[in-house]
Amino acid sequence: MTLSYSPDLLRKLFSMMCLIRFVEESFVEPINNREVLCPCHLYSGQEAIAAGLGVSLRSEDLAFGTHRSHGHYLAKGGNIDAMVAEIYCRETGCSKGRGGSMHLVAPREGFLGAAPIVGGTISLALGAAYAISVRRQKAVALSFFGDGATGEGVLFETMNFAALKKLPLILCCENNLYSTHMAIREMRHKPDIHDIAPPQGVASRQVDGNDVFACYEAGKWAVEHCKAGYGPVFLEFMTYRQRGHVGPDDNIQGTRTDIRPAEEIESWRKRDPLAVFEAHVLQNNLLSSAEIQQIKTETQKRVVEAHHKARSAPFPDGKEVSNFVFTN
Amino acid sequence: MSSQTRTLSFSLAINEAIHQTMAQDPSVVLIGQGVKSPWYVGNTAAGLLERFGAERVVDTPVSENAMTGLTVGAAIAGMRPIAVHPRMDFMLYAFDPIINEAANWRYMSGGAMSVPVVFWGIINRGGEQAAQHSQAFHSLFAHIPGLKVVAPATPYDAKGLMVAAIQDNDPVVFIDERWLYSQVDIVPESLYSVPIGKAAVRREGGDLTVVASSYMSLLAYQAAEKLAENNIQIELVDLRTIKPWDKETVFSSVRKTGRLLVLDGSWNTCGLAGEIISSVTENEFTALRSAPARITLPDCPAPAARTLEKAYYPDTDTIITVARDLVKKPK
Repeated sequence: MTLSYSPDLLRKLFSMMCLIRFVEESFVEPINNREVLCPCHLYSGQEAIAAGLGVSLRSEDLAFGTHRSHGHYLAKGGNIDAMVAEIYCRETGCSKGRGGSMHLVAPREGFLGAAPIVGGTISLALGAAYAISVRRQKAVALSFFGDGATGEGVLFETMNFAALKKLPLILCCENNLYSTHMAIREMRHKPDIHDIAPPQGVASRQVDGNDVFACYEAGKWAVEHCKAGYGPVFLEFMTYRQRGHVGPDDNIQGTRTDIRPAEEIESWRKRDPLAVFEAHVLQNNLLSSAEIQQIKTETQKRVVEAHHKARSAPFPDGKEVSNFVFTN
Repeated sequence: MSSQTRTLSFSLAINEAIHQTMAQDPSVVLIGQGVKSPWYVGNTAAGLLERFGAERVVDTPVSENAMTGLTVGAAIAGMRPIAVHPRMDFMLYAFDPIINEAANWRYMSGGAMSVPVVFWGIINRGGEQAAQHSQAFHSLFAHIPGLKVVAPATPYDAKGLMVAAIQDNDPVVFIDERWLYSQVDIVPESLYSVPIGKAAVRREGGDLTVVASSYMSLLAYQAAEKLAENNIQIELVDLRTIKPWDKETVFSSVRKTGRLLVLDGSWNTCGLAGEIISSVTENEFTALRSAPARITLPDCPAPAARTLEKAYYPDTDTIITVARDLVKKPK
């Protein structure tokens, strides 16, 4: 099946996964040495989801993210320099240092914002889907959220209304098996999250979130489904974060030790989305190892550049602390 | 009838504001419970569904959180929605989209985005409706950076402030009282707006500044008329906007009268009245001839029994008694 993918698409998917991974990993040191202070929820391990969905989206498609949205922002077309500067809380950041890692925004690219109140942006994406529908646009709205957000009532209110009005809304649930510290089995009566959608009238699929081709196919299907006017879609992506809930390790108890079982971490590491992709394309002669290496080298260079620019940019001026509360 | 003499009730003035802004701008939509039922929103939504259709006038399920969030998301995506809450008490389900999302969105995006949404909360109290069908939350919303709060007292302002709220590029909480809905006043037929942040001096007088808003302004006006018969001249400042409230108009009135009484249709502690008194005290201390006073609801939930309601809600007599007392006090 993957044989039918164009080399251009393969390069796009891999470049985006690399960009996200390299950016995320590039923050480990600045976080640990406290150069970066704002809470960073790293996306390492989940790249295939954002990258796979991103290629099916256009700038008129409108997305909302979460606390863990570096990958969503980049895959939706957000500028890397503006994101890295924002994580350093600089004036040159996409939110001028007022938002930090958890409040990335790229309005022109259709990334309308991210926020860490669990479930808080689901209804905002519903509103974007409503706006698209009233304006008769051929576009979709996307809501990214995690497994933890499925405990929030607003998700159910949103599914009902989106189905009732057949709104073009794609609900992207990234199930990384943990809601901060809590394993999903301790949180949900029934662990299969995608099962919650059909009773609300929302078409639903479970997807291997570590297989970028599966993510790409799911995204393509969801976009077509929505644009055809069939109403909302729920996608549950099964995945695993390679880093902690916040910061490089699972430091929610103030230590740098991951509280998840070592065997579990190891078994998911074997399914690293970048490594899986690489092995697949090399084995099937879809991309050469030279091409792969070139993508990696170029991407790494871009990431280093972004850090350099951010570090030399000014912090916001304290005299301007109250700017941007109101428009006029 | 010319537009200078045409009269309209408070509720129909709001209705006209929505009709005219929706006709003018296709991005204006009305979303909330009961917009097609007079039982919920009185006649404020009359004729809108028929004229603009079910896509722009959306009667919603009982899902305040998601429906209010929908209006916030639509606003971020470029619409100008009005989220109507026919009973303000139910608005508490929507604190997340109103406070966490709408009020913060512009700031936390460094000004990259704005959220032109109106959160319209209707206070519907009295008639033994008890604690959860009576609450006035203007102070609560006014506490939040990023929210503007307006509370008209007259039909003219009801139309003009609704238009201003819809046209504003930031989230505005529009609060009105059903107790005002049958008030009738001259309301121009044209589309006009009342500036947010500007108070109105309803009555000039030299003895005492009374600051009020919404229904309390109506009571204050009635009290002032009676006091005038006893030669006590009240200067009545109707705030119209709770946040940002018009400090200059209040301060200059206090400089003239030297006395201040603030009326607040909600609770006492950490409320609007306390805020105004402390600002006046900070800025105009030397102008004050006596200690300022406030009339508010007691720090107590709204009761049911009519005997308790009478004790709970201030009336013109309460205002007259306190005002007389204040004016008598020597420096």
